[in-house]
Amino acid sequence: MATTSPPPPPSPSSSAPDFGRQIERLEAIVRRLESEDVGLDEALQLFEEGVQRLRDAREGLARAEAKVKKVLVDGAGKLRLEDLDG
Amino acid sequence: MVGPIDLFAAASAEGAWTVGEVTRRARAVVEAGLPPLWVRGEVTGFKAWRSGHWYFTLRDRAAQLRCVMFARENRRLPTEPTEGLQVFVFGRPTVWEEKGELRLTVVELLSTEQGGLWKLALEKARAALARDGLLDPARKRAVPPYPRRIAVITSLDGAALRDIVAVAGRRWPLAELLVLPARVQGDGAEDSLCAALALLGRVPALDVAIIGRGGGAKEDLWTFNSERVARAVAAAPVPVVSAVGHETDVTLCDLVADLRASTPSGAAEAVTPDRDEVSEGLAHLAQRLARSLRLRAERAVDRLERTGDRLSAAMDLRLERYGGRLIAYSARLDALSPLKVLGRGYAVPRDAHGAVLKRVAQLPSGLPFRLRVSDGEVAARVPVA
Repeated sequence: MATTSPPPPPSPSSSAPDFGRQIERLEAIVRRLESEDVGLDEALQLFEEGVQRLRDAREGLARAEAKVKKVLVDGAGKLRLEDLDG
Repeated sequence: MVGPIDLFAAASAEGAWTVGEVTRRARAVVEAGLPPLWVRGEVTGFKAWRSGHWYFTLRDRAAQLRCVMFARENRRLPTEPTEGLQVFVFGRPTVWEEKGELRLTVVELLSTEQGGLWKLALEKARAALARDGLLDPARKRAVPPYPRRIAVITSLDGAALRDIVAVAGRRWPLAELLVLPARVQGDGAEDSLCAALALLGRVPALDVAIIGRGGGAKEDLWTFNSERVARAVAAAPVPVVSAVGHETDVTLCDLVADLRASTPSGAAEAVTPDRDEVSEGLAHLAQRLARSLRLRAERAVDRLERTGDRLSAAMDLRLERYGGRLIAYSARLDALSPLKVLGRGYAVPRDAHGAVLKRVAQLPSGLPFRLRVSDGEVAARVPVA
């Protein structure tokens, strides 16, 4: 490769949530809520966070639209993303 | 077909042939007399020149035959023959005039063993990969459960790409598919695949990669048995799922990859969760969330009620104590009451407005007034003097 440090192509758009982390956190919230020793204040807070995360996750699922791009290397050795036609 | 050779036809004036005349003539005779043919023998003295041409000798117990296989022909072969390998070659017998040597110009070379050279090449490469630990199952990385970016290394116009896009798009549209186009068969395929694999490290935020192609002839899948490609797969910075050909074709690339899928569609399925299933999972989590909070709230109410009970018990106790004191207070109040005085026989005179009449001057003759006694009031009047 001729170039030393080409600027990276854009990262995934922020609209794509990190689903793995979202689900992990949700599971942790539910587990904590199901434990005996959680205080009422904390329980309410966790519940609110859980509801928000559920909503975000559901919206993410509903909103998602498949994106397909191709990665090209230009003459200078830089990566370029281009929509895949067809 | 040539007729009997006229040994004197090409003789020079001196009656002797030049060397070149002999070898040229011999070449013509050999090429005319021996059609291209299959020869079986053992490879010995193999040498590959920088030009890419191969030179070797075929021999059996009785004789040997010099052979050349030019680069444009041997390029299609997966590997060089090893010393002593039993082979079938197809070639045209000729005479190499410069050396005056009988020679076979080989255009095809097959190992006589099952699987032939392909198998030989595969075994050599596999042994090399195993030696470096690249086939160790412990190396295999897990495919992330909810990928955001999936790289796909395949041909832009193959069915494999269409299948992967369709399956991944249906199952998990949250992921972005990045296609790294590569030649998957024929000349340059090996370089092309290696270059695409090398690009994986330069794509940011990548979660997983798929490499593959649809089914084809054994030769078409050969690139995926290349040791270089296999090593590039092993060096990939993200887990690689390999899907080459059909169910039964297992390539080196498959063996080195973190996961092997039997088809490109299968690879797309392996790297994506199913959106509907994830939805159901979320619904289940929502239920647990709601139930856990309800339980928690019920516990709180319970406790509140128990606290309330204790509180009212305490109140009762206190009321009892206060009650006794109230009775004592009311007795004392009673003692101060004017009604008690009236009870002893006193009476209180009041005028029509209720003012108490305490002195004689307030009671002129003939004045009507009211008199309060212990159990009520009576009307009264001062007698007229």
